[in-house]
Amino acid sequence: MQSSTRTPYEGIVMAAPVTIPYVRYSIESAQWWIGRALGALVAQAGIRPSDIDGLSVSSFTMGPDSAIGLTQHFGLCVRWLDTIPLGGASAVAALRRAARAVQARDVDIVACVAGDTNHVDSFRHTLENFSRFNQDAVYPYGAGGANASFALIARHYMRTYGVKREDVGKIAVAQRANALRNPNALMKAPLTLEQYLSARPISDPIHLFDCVMPCAGAEAFLVMRDETATALKLPAARLLSTIERHNAFGHDAVQLRGGWAMDVGELYAMAGVRADDLDVVQTYDDYPVISMMQFEDLGFCKKGEGADFVRSHDLTIDGSFPHNTSGGQLSVGQAGAGGAYLGMVEALRQVLGTAGPTQVENARLGLASGFGMINYDRGLASGAAIIAGPSR
Amino acid sequence: MIDPIEPPPRKNPLIRTRLPTSPPKARSRTSHAFTRAAAEGRFVLQRCGSCGTYCYPAREACPCCLSSAVAFVDAPRRGTLLSETTVRVPSDVYFRERAPWRVGLVKMECGPIIVAHLHADCEESAGVKMSFQLDRSGQAVAFASPEKETPNMSDDRQWREMTADPKFRRVLVTNGRSAVGQEAVAALKSAGAKTVFVGVAEPWKPLAGEKLLRAQEGIEIVPLDVADEKSTMDLAADIGGKVDILVNTTEYIRSGGLLDRRGTSVARDEIDQAYLGFINLAQAFGPGMRMRGADGVNNSAAWVNVLSVYALVNWPAFGAYSASQAGCLSLSHSLRAELRPGGVKVINLFTGPIDIEWFQTVPPPKVAPRAVATAVVSALQNGLEEVYAGDVAEEIRQRLAANPKAVERELGGRYRS
Repeated sequence: MQSSTRTPYEGIVMAAPVTIPYVRYSIESAQWWIGRALGALVAQAGIRPSDIDGLSVSSFTMGPDSAIGLTQHFGLCVRWLDTIPLGGASAVAALRRAARAVQARDVDIVACVAGDTNHVDSFRHTLENFSRFNQDAVYPYGAGGANASFALIARHYMRTYGVKREDVGKIAVAQRANALRNPNALMKAPLTLEQYLSARPISDPIHLFDCVMPCAGAEAFLVMRDETATALKLPAARLLSTIERHNAFGHDAVQLRGGWAMDVGELYAMAGVRADDLDVVQTYDDYPVISMMQFEDLGFCKKGEGADFVRSHDLTIDGSFPHNTSGGQLSVGQAGAGGAYLGMVEALRQVLGTAGPTQVENARLGLASGFGMINYDRGLASGAAIIAGPSR
Repeated sequence: MIDPIEPPPRKNPLIRTRLPTSPPKARSRTSHAFTRAAAEGRFVLQRCGSCGTYCYPAREACPCCLSSAVAFVDAPRRGTLLSETTVRVPSDVYFRERAPWRVGLVKMECGPIIVAHLHADCEESAGVKMSFQLDRSGQAVAFASPEKETPNMSDDRQWREMTADPKFRRVLVTNGRSAVGQEAVAALKSAGAKTVFVGVAEPWKPLAGEKLLRAQEGIEIVPLDVADEKSTMDLAADIGGKVDILVNTTEYIRSGGLLDRRGTSVARDEIDQAYLGFINLAQAFGPGMRMRGADGVNNSAAWVNVLSVYALVNWPAFGAYSASQAGCLSLSHSLRAELRPGGVKVINLFTGPIDIEWFQTVPPPKVAPRAVATAVVSALQNGLEEVYAGDVAEEIRQRLAANPKAVERELGGRYRS
């Protein structure tokens, strides 16, 4: 096993997993959703708002605000503040920045929160204004949004490694089975592989059940030192390791791997565990094919063997490889930047043993990954974290 | 392989005319270097002056060495189509009305990856030829075509959105008396135009070539005196709803600048014909063309101005004429912006002295009327916006880019030519 020279996250914990149940459309603002999440954090942790002295916020729809505006909006007086615009990688980035800040005692309790609203037209606005490269060189080409961009990646990946739609579909179908146990999931109907395969095409080879449903919602957690958690009598999970990488493998003509592949050795070395020690895995599932790519890049199988890995595993809560146990974005919904937090918050619940109907038996060690920002032709941001429950 | 497009049926007057919509138009300022190239039919990419790396999309520094010397240069067009998709559920109205829409990732031989619109005959893993085209927002987009000519190539649905091909369209040539006008009629007909309306002022006067024109199917001689507001409006009332392409061949050329002429009567005629004629035409035909920008196979598509290249810089030997042309050029920019919501292109075709009687005393080279007409058709077929026909016009373009002050002095130096 590779060794890590990075400073360990000794005594850094996460607590108070919060999900504000999603709705398809909301007439409320992103600030409303973020406020609800902050309120729930305080209530769940049994602290006062003034105990929060650090804030990290991610949202696509809170404009023109950034985190600073929210401090006054919500009456928070903080000494550490962060706005993280990294889309699907926001949760990992928020966690690792907050962890180092509390470790250095610049701050004691950081509220990490992501929330977005979804008005009937806000998704289109997000697409139109996503990035300069997107505006200049992607959106004017059919205006297919992320579906079209990921279709180009998915088609190339599937062709290169002989992946069939059935293989990718198995991931989506398993997640739907998980979602049926999650009362907060927006998708309530079972999904069969036949339904997956016969769904209408959106941007070939992306079909309807490869896509997430944009929605409104918020997710949050607290980051602190373990002595703080103990003093507050808060159940908490230890942070073992994280990785973060942006714009990796820029010379790959089409994206076949994400930045995880560059740092995965470090991820396990720092945590002192192996991939098969993990009890539960939450990958970033903006598209199931991206989850398959992560199975390879996060070291569960070799590059090009993702389809085999999926074929030989049961990805449901009670299966051999419990994956995206809440149902993931594919079945719960994608609440903007909240989508980055969904897996992280669910992983936290899992290792704390508080996941309720989606709980994996004896889950102690969990991994959550993030992936974000298809700035031009590929997802730029990637990250992952390994956390351990109090019983490990 | 593409099936040839069918001639459009007669318009059903009971059916609502579909209003034009525009593809996404926002671009960074730097990215408009592609707009400039597309307007002229050139293919450019940024290339680092320090390390030679080509890059795309438009950048402010080299992604390889961070040098800020990333000039746009003519670049090799060859690439390979790596991956494609068919967008079936676009989030934008323009594309939603035209879905399914095919796009792909092209790896250029010179390095960059380009997201491009695909000609239907492009195949994955095969070579493509890249161009920048102006879409119906007037903005540059990358377009991948097969490397070799394929059957009915220009009938491709996505390609036709980028161009103003005369095929099956109805064209008004505003001045059928001029040599350029007559050549344009012939060239447009042979390019597949369904009807060419030929404007003739003062129809009682003999018209050269009238017999030949009248003998051809799909050519209609119509009364049009562009300097006369009523004449222009009358014609628009008659045929305005079926002019898909307007070719403004207004021609009023007189020599002389300011000091060698007496009074303003000639200048007034120049302005009446060229400048006010332009306004009359625009007011009569512009609103209808803007409305019909999405009206099927023979939607309104383009407005062409045949202008003197001395619209760009005054040639004192024809000083007042140059000024009238400069006025028209400025009007064309206004017209371009005003027609853009309809997706109608405004093409400016600049010529040097044409080989006609009004430039009798000017030494060669002069551009043949037929060459001007050919350039008009080619500009329409390729969707260009700025065209320089003939050697003189092209030379003036290059000299203006190099040093406009030098051009001014040199043109002034031989004003008695």
